[in-house]
Amino acid sequence: MTLAAKIRAPGWYRVVVGVPLAYLLAMGIVVAVRALYGWDPLLDMTAVTTVSLVAMPLGFLVAIGCFDYWFRWASGAPTVPDDHSSHGATQWRDYFHVNTDHKVIGIQYIVTTFFFFTIGGLLAMVIRAELAQPGTQFVDPNTYNGLFSVHASLMIFLFIIPVFAGIANYVIPLMIGAPDMAFPRLNALSFWMLPTAGALMLASFFVPGGAFATGWTAYAPLSTETPIGQQFFTIGVQFAGASSIATALNFLVTIITMRAPGMTFWRMPLMVWANFTTSLLVVIATPFIAGSQFFLLLERSLGMHFFDPSSGGDVLMYQHVFWFYSHPAVYIMMLPGFGIVSEVISSHSRKPVFGYRMMAFSLVAIVILGFTVWAHHMFVSGMFGWLRVPMMITTMLIAVPTGIKIFSWLATLWRGVIHLTTPMLFALGFITMFTLGGISGIMLAVIPVDIHVSDTYFIVAHIHYVLFGGSVFTIFAGIYHWFPKMTGRMYDESLGKLHFWLSFVFFNTTFGPMHLVGIDGMPRRVADYADQYATINLFISISSFLFGLSFLVFVYNMITSARNGPKAAANPWRAHSIEWQVSSPPPIFNFDEIPTVVGGPYEYGVPGAVHAVFGDSKKPTTSVATPAGGGGAQPPPQTPQ
Amino acid sequence: MRSRMARRPLLTAVLLGLIATAVGIFICLQIDWFPTQASTKAHEIDTLYDVLLIVSVPIFVLVMGVILYSVAMFRAKPGDLSDGAPIHGNTRLEVIWVTIPFLIVSGLSVYGWIVLNSIEAKASPADALVINVKGQQFAWNFTYPGEGKVKTNSLVLPENRPVEFRINTDDVLHDFWVPAFRVKSDAVPGLTTHIRATPNRIGTYPVVCAELCGLGHSTMRSRVQVVAPAKFDAWIAGKKKGGSQ
Repeated sequence: MTLAAKIRAPGWYRVVVGVPLAYLLAMGIVVAVRALYGWDPLLDMTAVTTVSLVAMPLGFLVAIGCFDYWFRWASGAPTVPDDHSSHGATQWRDYFHVNTDHKVIGIQYIVTTFFFFTIGGLLAMVIRAELAQPGTQFVDPNTYNGLFSVHASLMIFLFIIPVFAGIANYVIPLMIGAPDMAFPRLNALSFWMLPTAGALMLASFFVPGGAFATGWTAYAPLSTETPIGQQFFTIGVQFAGASSIATALNFLVTIITMRAPGMTFWRMPLMVWANFTTSLLVVIATPFIAGSQFFLLLERSLGMHFFDPSSGGDVLMYQHVFWFYSHPAVYIMMLPGFGIVSEVISSHSRKPVFGYRMMAFSLVAIVILGFTVWAHHMFVSGMFGWLRVPMMITTMLIAVPTGIKIFSWLATLWRGVIHLTTPMLFALGFITMFTLGGISGIMLAVIPVDIHVSDTYFIVAHIHYVLFGGSVFTIFAGIYHWFPKMTGRMYDESLGKLHFWLSFVFFNTTFGPMHLVGIDGMPRRVADYADQYATINLFISISSFLFGLSFLVFVYNMITSARNGPKAAANPWRAHSIEWQVSSPPPIFNFDEIPTVVGGPYEYGVPGAVHAVFGDSKKPTTSVATPAGGGGAQPPPQTPQ
Repeated sequence: MRSRMARRPLLTAVLLGLIATAVGIFICLQIDWFPTQASTKAHEIDTLYDVLLIVSVPIFVLVMGVILYSVAMFRAKPGDLSDGAPIHGNTRLEVIWVTIPFLIVSGLSVYGWIVLNSIEAKASPADALVINVKGQQFAWNFTYPGEGKVKTNSLVLPENRPVEFRINTDDVLHDFWVPAFRVKSDAVPGLTTHIRATPNRIGTYPVVCAELCGLGHSTMRSRVQVVAPAKFDAWIAGKKKGGSQ
């Protein structure tokens, strides 16, 4: 291929040319508009940067090839209707191109998000190095504020939310017996928006004034006055949010319309239920954070005075809009994990999920209640006082559906046949740590206690118990659980267990003591602190470095096992759900024959029960012992009774 | 003894759980969680927190206990490919674990509400000392409007006299927090927020900014001195004369 042809074709050559062109276009727009208004100087670099932050990511997405099919179709040019040339991956290079295969996209998501997880973790290490002693050690206060802001933003918007989308991307179509997602091209676009958002957030470190330094919450009016780095957050979040919304729509349509014959809603695995409810949350809530960041963008770039009281603006309005997304976001970051844990606990303890329907209903209850509690983040914000007590009560009530889930998992363990594999260890570790996070959550809901501990290290402890001990443990459980399916190889069980125990111990020694310093009076988001907290902070910092090292065990295990691990069977966990009835990794279009679902997904211990059958055999009306052949599947285990 | 324990593992587990609960509650109450109590309402919040701890420990022990017991008793032997009992649910059990948490959180909500009403008793008494608190990047300015508009950067308060803080700022969000009083409120541009406390213990305590306000946020600390009323009057008089203490 000639260089000119390479540049015309979608891919990285076109990116190298297209992104600078987008920058020039942004510059041109700014100069043109300023010339029309007669403003001086014509070339305002702040304005150019702001416009280019929108133009360059869009230029990247066009150049990499996300829009080629749609452009051809819209312009009436010939399209290639059923060309699946961009389906499947045969070599590592295929993962660096636009691909419409949900399995490839799932892997792209997972690897990309773990990349940002690593960066976010390294930022945390620098934060803890700075906090090891009072005073200034390594970084100045401005850099410090940037470090924790970028750390939180990467972990939330570039790791936890999208890694769940990645895992679900891989397994949901397989679990419901669908050949792919409903909108494969939209799926690809959703993925490619992510590295764009992450690149913007990281790039903010290299601009004048440093990275955005107002926390991941970007409270106005501070965020309207800070240097240009703030725009990288404001616009980066738009791309992460758009990615999230598009994926959620894709999941909703896929789950509603593409279930295999016989897969009624009450036969869906709880992983599917969890992603269905999460997607509802994303579609309803995410536009609100987009709105909050558009307010900031317009106030910063065009001087709209939304948050300037001297011009009639309202400071608290930002917080209401922000938390109307960001509280449901907590459940966006937790419900998919609930789904993973239900799969792991039931298949690794060989028992049906206890109270399956209540498990699904409690997910729905959390979705609804999740929209009624946002102002519990604002108990000391100066908002109207009457809203606090109702929000305290609704916050407390969320403990009820969450309790249903915890107790149902415990009851699932009871009288099971428990295999303490790595995913199971992480699932059990999750239950205990999330219970602690839930308990401190109840404490925070109680207004008088919250008044004392809000904006302290108690909050830092709480959020890491729910987001690391909670969400990230479920992510590890899910990655280990589906690793054989995704790679066709087994991970190293000993290293997996070592990873669990190191993370479990050092997680607690890192974040447990933060409760103490928080209640005792140490505020969060400080580069320096009173001398009385020196000893405990040194302890926390040392623990956090060991905690960080434990992640290396995971990375080593994943890389070596994916390359050289022993070949995995189609169904190493002897699980019933459909993704395990096809080969590992699955065929390019998932199923050579579409499965028919004949029973529940967790009928462990029920003689002869199967979840789905393959082939054109007549659909049995009851769950009889039909060997699941075809599609590279293995027969389900004939368990001795 | 040992064999009897092995024969009745569930009973043993329940007993161990009760012991763990008792030990856990004991340890939780022994920990000196809070900074010094220096206001009349501080003990109500600390007691509320203790009650939350007492309620939480048995819940955590229950969850941990069931997991440890299940792992110990129901763990698969090597090579065991059997399935567990096909139990799909138990309505009575599910009703119980909906009802009991509901009652617990309802009770805690009511208790929290009562404490909230107590610490935020409506009108300030007539003899209340009013202090205007102004946050600015990165310092606190305190004005005593009833005492000849005395200004200071470091609070001085008389013991046992109710204080009303009127908190405000002109730049960005700050948060006025006196850990020893257990009171905290954001300083919001365009709004004046109110909190009340009655200092009841002589001493010097930190004042902290708890809302990220920019570059110097972590240095935005001050202190409050609670002094005997006579000493306070002398301090005010000295301030009015333009002297310093």
